[in-house]
Amino acid sequence: MAAIEIEHLTKDFYAGFWRKRPIRALDGLSLRVEAGEIFGFLGPNGAGKTTTLKLLMNLIRPTAGSARILGQPVDSVSMRRNIGYLPENPYFYDHLTPEELLTYIGTLFGIRQPVLRKKILELLETVGLAEARKLQLRKFSKGMVQRVGIAQALINDPEVVFLDEPMSGLDPLGRREVRLVISSLRTRGATVFFSSHILPDVEALCDRVAIMNRGKLLELGALLDILKVKIQGHEIILAHVQPAVLEALRPMCEEITLMSDRVHIRAATSRQAGAIVSQAVSGGAELVSVNPIRASLEEYFFQEVQKS
Amino acid sequence: MKILTIGRNTFRENIRDKILYNLILFALLMILSSIALGQLTLGHEAKVIVDLGLGSISIFGTLIAIFIGISLVYKELEKRTVYALLAKPIHRWEFITGKYLGLLFTLLVNVAIMAAGLMLTLLYQGGIERYTYLNLLPAIYLTLLSLMVTTALALVFSTFSTPALSALFTFFLWVAGHFNADLLEFGNLAKTPGLKWLTRVFYYVIPNISNFKVIDSRNVIQAAAYFEPINYAALGWVTVYGILYSGILLGIAVLIFSRRDFK
Ligand SMILES: Nc1ncnc2c1ncn2[C@@H]1O[C@H](COP(=O)(O)OP(=O)(O)O)[C@@H](O)[C@H]1O
Ligand SMILES: [Mg+2]
Repeated sequence: MAAIEIEHLTKDFYAGFWRKRPIRALDGLSLRVEAGEIFGFLGPNGAGKTTTLKLLMNLIRPTAGSARILGQPVDSVSMRRNIGYLPENPYFYDHLTPEELLTYIGTLFGIRQPVLRKKILELLETVGLAEARKLQLRKFSKGMVQRVGIAQALINDPEVVFLDEPMSGLDPLGRREVRLVISSLRTRGATVFFSSHILPDVEALCDRVAIMNRGKLLELGALLDILKVKIQGHEIILAHVQPAVLEALRPMCEEITLMSDRVHIRAATSRQAGAIVSQAVSGGAELVSVNPIRASLEEYFFQEVQKS
Repeated sequence: MKILTIGRNTFRENIRDKILYNLILFALLMILSSIALGQLTLGHEAKVIVDLGLGSISIFGTLIAIFIGISLVYKELEKRTVYALLAKPIHRWEFITGKYLGLLFTLLVNVAIMAAGLMLTLLYQGGIERYTYLNLLPAIYLTLLSLMVTTALALVFSTFSTPALSALFTFFLWVAGHFNADLLEFGNLAKTPGLKWLTRVFYYVIPNISNFKVIDSRNVIQAAAYFEPINYAALGWVTVYGILYSGILLGIAVLIFSRRDFK
């Protein structure tokens, strides 16, 4: 059984005060996420990621299409026992402490006291809030609230976890911690569906991604398969290159840039990069680095947006 | 069970709100000041204290019901706390009912505090017949019933409107509710059937707040002078009316809340 099935999901919002014009926030999205997958849902701002997640949480109703989670329609209350959700830029009752909030939410799941207590301490430890657990949320920074949000999404050991921009508002350390949390969910066999626009986070975690733009699905598959097609080539950095050696290399290079004592070379293929490096090194040059040139997600979006 | 959990959290939210303490403090000051006012009316001290006391409980209870009621749901939408919560295994009707019960419990506690203040004031005044204290209870019970209706009104508005507008609507209906019976009278005098019909519709739609005033200081104080100072049959009818009216309002609030998108 698929963990998440989305079929032709479409959502129009009506904006404007006098004449209500529809804005198509999501346009006929269809996709399937298998159980145990870590699935990245990518796209620039306004792509329709949050709209999709809200539709899946039944917070808004679709204009057309349907979705199922764990085989149940999204309005099934019993299905929600087995899922977790972190909203975008979450906010919680600021008169509560993390401990109180998690107790409140855990009780809604019907988790019994001694088990719940233990679970809460464990979760607060995981998200790095053990020390702040008796502090009212009104005193929390954005990053800390985000951590509380992740904890509340995991209180019921969900089978499917939905995270809307889980890394937003976090410092690099916090991002690393969240990556670890998501990896540990994978180990537990949970399905994770998370939206993001930060490439390294996605690259390190996801089995598959969907790339969205303006409410439409552009690509679906393994991230590297999608990005590899776009730009290839390698950047080679050399030091101590004799002028004669450089002249000999010139026909093999796409582009040569001289930077003080270094030479930056762009090679079109990896075969060519290999040849350049061996010839330069045998000519007495020092190899500083070789790096593949890959389109970043931002560049990818930029290209796509220009196309459309 | 889930409703009670949500109710408990609402109660906790209410009692951590400063506005509540300010209102209670004001109410207690009002009740205390009735001692001074009572001295000006020789021989009628008890009546002044009871009048002012019951009046304060009703007014401040209503203020609490409106001020907290109008933001009950709106605050959850505005601050987006509702997103994480509604993704949990709860029905939307459970959420609304829980919030409503939570505020009712807050009101119960507050009215109890104000009532205790009133009784202590009477005790301080001294020379008050013992049955007066007992007779206060049905009057306070009626106030609670009226608060149940006012809260339900505020709740309905808070599911779709801003606090300022909700306050305006609720307050307007609450005031209109005091003149409801007069409106019916006016309709009966009217010549045109259309007008008659219209006033009748209003009579049933607008809450009959004056219903909840069937007991006043005379019934409370002069029990011995009247054969039946407190009309228990009326009390029963008002109870049925209050529960029915609030129940319908709660149903409307649930209906609106269940259908809306949380954008
Ligand atoms: N409540 C709303 N009313 C009108 N338009 C909206 C609303 N919510 C989202 N949109 C529009 O829908 C589109 C998708 O938004 P969203 O799903 O939030 O994108 P993302 O999360 O990918 O940044 C945007 O163009 C946005 O302006
Ligand atoms: Mg978003």
